[in-house]
Amino acid sequence: MSPKDVLHVSGLRMEFGGLVAVDGISFAVGPEEIFAIIGPNGAGKTTVFNCVSGFYKPTSGHVVFAGEAITGRSSHEVARRGIVRTFQNIRLFKNMTVLENLLVGQHQQVDNNFLSGLLALPRYRRMEREALAKALFWLDRVGLREFANRQAGTLAYGHQRRLEIARCMITDPRLLLLDEPAAGLNPQEKIDLQRMIDRLRRENHIAVLLIEHDMRLVMDVSDRILVMEYGRPIATDTPERIQKDERVIKAYLGED
Amino acid sequence: MSEFIPQFTQQLINGLSVGAIYALIAIGYTMVYGIVGMINFAHGEIYMIGAYVGLVALTAFAAVGGGPLPLMLAGALILSAVITGIYGYAVEQVAYKPLRGAPRLVPLISALGVSVFLTNYVGLGQGARDVAVPALLYGGWSFNMGGTFAVNFSYSRMLIIFVTVILMIGLTLFIKHSRLGQACRACSQDMAMANLLGIDTNKVISFTFILGAVLAAVGGVLIGQATGKINPFIGFIFGLKAFTAAVLGGIGSIPGAMLGGFLLGLVETFAQGYLLSEYKDVVSFGLLILVLLFWPTGLLGKNTMEKV
Amino acid sequence: MQENIKSALIAAVLTAIMMLPIFGMHLEQEGLNLGLSYHWKWIVIACSAVFCAQLARPYVMKAFSGSSLLSLPALNPNQQRVAFGVLLVAALALAAFGSRADISIGQLAMIYIILALGLNIVVGFAGLLNLGYAGFYAIGGYTFALLNRDLGFGFWQSLPFAAGLAALFGLVLGFPVLRLRGDYLAIVTLGFGEIIRILARNLTDLTGGPDGISSIPKPTVFGYEMARRASEEGAQTFHQMMGWAYNTSHMEVYLYLIGIVFAIGAIAISVRLSRMPMGRALEAMREDEIACRSLGINPTGLKLAAFTLGAMFAGIAGSLFAARQGLVNPESFSFVESVFILVAVVVGGMGSLLGVIVGAILIVCLLSMGSDLAEYRMLYFGLILVVMMIWRPQGLLPVGRRHVEVAPGEVSS
Repeated sequence: MSPKDVLHVSGLRMEFGGLVAVDGISFAVGPEEIFAIIGPNGAGKTTVFNCVSGFYKPTSGHVVFAGEAITGRSSHEVARRGIVRTFQNIRLFKNMTVLENLLVGQHQQVDNNFLSGLLALPRYRRMEREALAKALFWLDRVGLREFANRQAGTLAYGHQRRLEIARCMITDPRLLLLDEPAAGLNPQEKIDLQRMIDRLRRENHIAVLLIEHDMRLVMDVSDRILVMEYGRPIATDTPERIQKDERVIKAYLGED
Repeated sequence: MSEFIPQFTQQLINGLSVGAIYALIAIGYTMVYGIVGMINFAHGEIYMIGAYVGLVALTAFAAVGGGPLPLMLAGALILSAVITGIYGYAVEQVAYKPLRGAPRLVPLISALGVSVFLTNYVGLGQGARDVAVPALLYGGWSFNMGGTFAVNFSYSRMLIIFVTVILMIGLTLFIKHSRLGQACRACSQDMAMANLLGIDTNKVISFTFILGAVLAAVGGVLIGQATGKINPFIGFIFGLKAFTAAVLGGIGSIPGAMLGGFLLGLVETFAQGYLLSEYKDVVSFGLLILVLLFWPTGLLGKNTMEKV
Repeated sequence: MQENIKSALIAAVLTAIMMLPIFGMHLEQEGLNLGLSYHWKWIVIACSAVFCAQLARPYVMKAFSGSSLLSLPALNPNQQRVAFGVLLVAALALAAFGSRADISIGQLAMIYIILALGLNIVVGFAGLLNLGYAGFYAIGGYTFALLNRDLGFGFWQSLPFAAGLAALFGLVLGFPVLRLRGDYLAIVTLGFGEIIRILARNLTDLTGGPDGISSIPKPTVFGYEMARRASEEGAQTFHQMMGWAYNTSHMEVYLYLIGIVFAIGAIAISVRLSRMPMGRALEAMREDEIACRSLGINPTGLKLAAFTLGAMFAGIAGSLFAARQGLVNPESFSFVESVFILVAVVVGGMGSLLGVIVGAILIVCLLSMGSDLAEYRMLYFGLILVVMMIWRPQGLLPVGRRHVEVAPGEVSS
């Protein structure tokens, strides 16, 4: 855990009524690091995501992003600071086109002045053109250009996943949270996903926090892994060492 | 200052009796909300219909010769409860059941439509003006508490509080110990699970609406006796206030609705007594807005977080 | 078939039981006593209707499920433009050839169109059920009335204040209230609308109480009064300046034309809004608020902007209303008004500009119809709301929004 860390979580605890979902979770994600959180269902992984991304207010603990404390900040404030996320159940704007999904993603960066939009001033029109160009750029990056005008809900599941990630990336984030991105993908799509995550890290210089059940993907793509069970941490280490860790094997290690 | 205690006590009595009515109606709101997750906008009109049916029943009894007072009142209460219960059932079947699963705005607008429809339905059937309710319960118990002002606890107010307390005890026991009551509790916690366990959720939902209507009907009959007049528009104001009471006590919680009802009655009566009386509605609405803003879970409600 | 008859019988019997105490036994005031008079006609009619409806229901459902009977096709953007053009031409034709009564209805229609467009932004674009919309309408009307009574402001001078004050109230009310969930928001706005009406009725010194404020003048034309004689010494009336002969119907037409201009303005703003980033964000928010938040969009801010804009529209409509009536009183802005506007939006199609305009016109026609039907008016409105929600919640004219699209050539690169 160094001051250059993109994300620094310490002592995270989340209680719902009497139920403790997460307790004593601490970890750090360095710049351009791919950090995975794994564990059986109900271990509290998505709860950690929700605490980091501002959808839950942690009962106690600290979340520090790029040196700034964001514990308990609301989700849109967290997103504006550079943390974006995907969801277990893909949350695209299904009735809007693929292109529009990417335009909405840029909402924070586009000229939002009401009057200038109303009167279609030159500055406004220029920003709309730029937003369109950026959207097309990302469509190319994820290989969805041909679907630009299609309704997002009509896309194949794997393509929807890619679109969701593209929509995240179009906000120019520093940290990307992926919640089970490989769920429902076939083996080829999983390979493509792995390549995409790696490429995003290299070319866009982002750090990635990943929840995943597919062990091969996790072991291949992650730099470090945190194993959780019943809301508590079991081990934090590199993939090689995690695979040999007795505690982890005892608690949970799915098919290899 | 010697006037203060008797006046205060009078306000207390008045507040508790009007609060009892709010509580009866509020229970209907809170039960429906707890199980189906919607605000039954038309519930206030159900209460109003209960008032009218009760009055018609009483008038009919009187027309065929009348009888001992308790019998007539009981008869009116029971008849009103049954018929108003049918209204509650019918409204649910026609206007809400087909819309289960629709986005939230849709059943809300439908409920609004039912509310408007029922108000004018009664207005057309019985006229839009006030109807005077003959006072069957004369007098009350007056007592002195020092000072020149005699506190009056009218029989009709006594009846209201008495009936309400009995009903609430009955309801609480029922929810706790009967099978149907347990089914209601199960449905309010997790409808899908209750379904999987074999509970007939449709029956439970229908029952909830009917029960709410029955309680509201009792309130309606009693309020006629207390205030001496009814008109088709009492459902609107009373409905809003009862809803305020339900939220105040914690929406979804039956004890909360009871508590909220009495509390609101007291607050409103004291405000009316010690402040301006024309603005008592403003006080109630203001309280509603404040509660929803700063205390949406209410006194006894549960804090539910949205799953992301 | 057996089942069907049984359920139809049960429904009919229940209907009879329900209607008996309300329609069958009418409470009559005889001095201090109450009596009952009996009318069976309505009960018989209703029971038969219910019986037949229940009997026929399975067959009707089957017949309708496949076909798209009674469902109007969604218009594409070009057709929409044509439709708008047709409406505009019809409106202008009314101005040129309509009778005095027609133009009066036309004025009301313009007012309701503006109101419906405003509520459309709140309900249709932002998905917020505002049941106290008439409150903003009232603020617009009363602002003009007060500014005129106390400061001598005319229509045009008051207009920015009416719009601005209504918008301000929208902002102030919306700020704390828009975080609330849909149902709670509806009730709170209803409470707000009622509070405005009660205050208007009771603050007699300020608002004139139940009688309201009267003697509200009509708008001037570039500063010239449109009247037979100038009210001020030495001033010219509009007709004197133009050299026209004065005709009382000219003012009605003038007011109507002002209404058309404002309605067009409201349409233009709504159209621009739906094409701007804010419009896209509103649509996204309606679909999935959580996804929006994860992208940095603050839903409350968006809702506030929509709410305020909608309030501003209502304020302008209120001013027009005050000018048309010449007076404002609390009962013109009751909850019933809010219901009228909501019905217009719901019947036309929430979110559809063409839909709500047609809805507003329909409402005004219904409202202007003969007084024998007036008694049943609210009954119908309630029924319409329920039926629309069950049968066609998207409205009669749900018009698809124009999507942002890339030119086909650019799609495959």
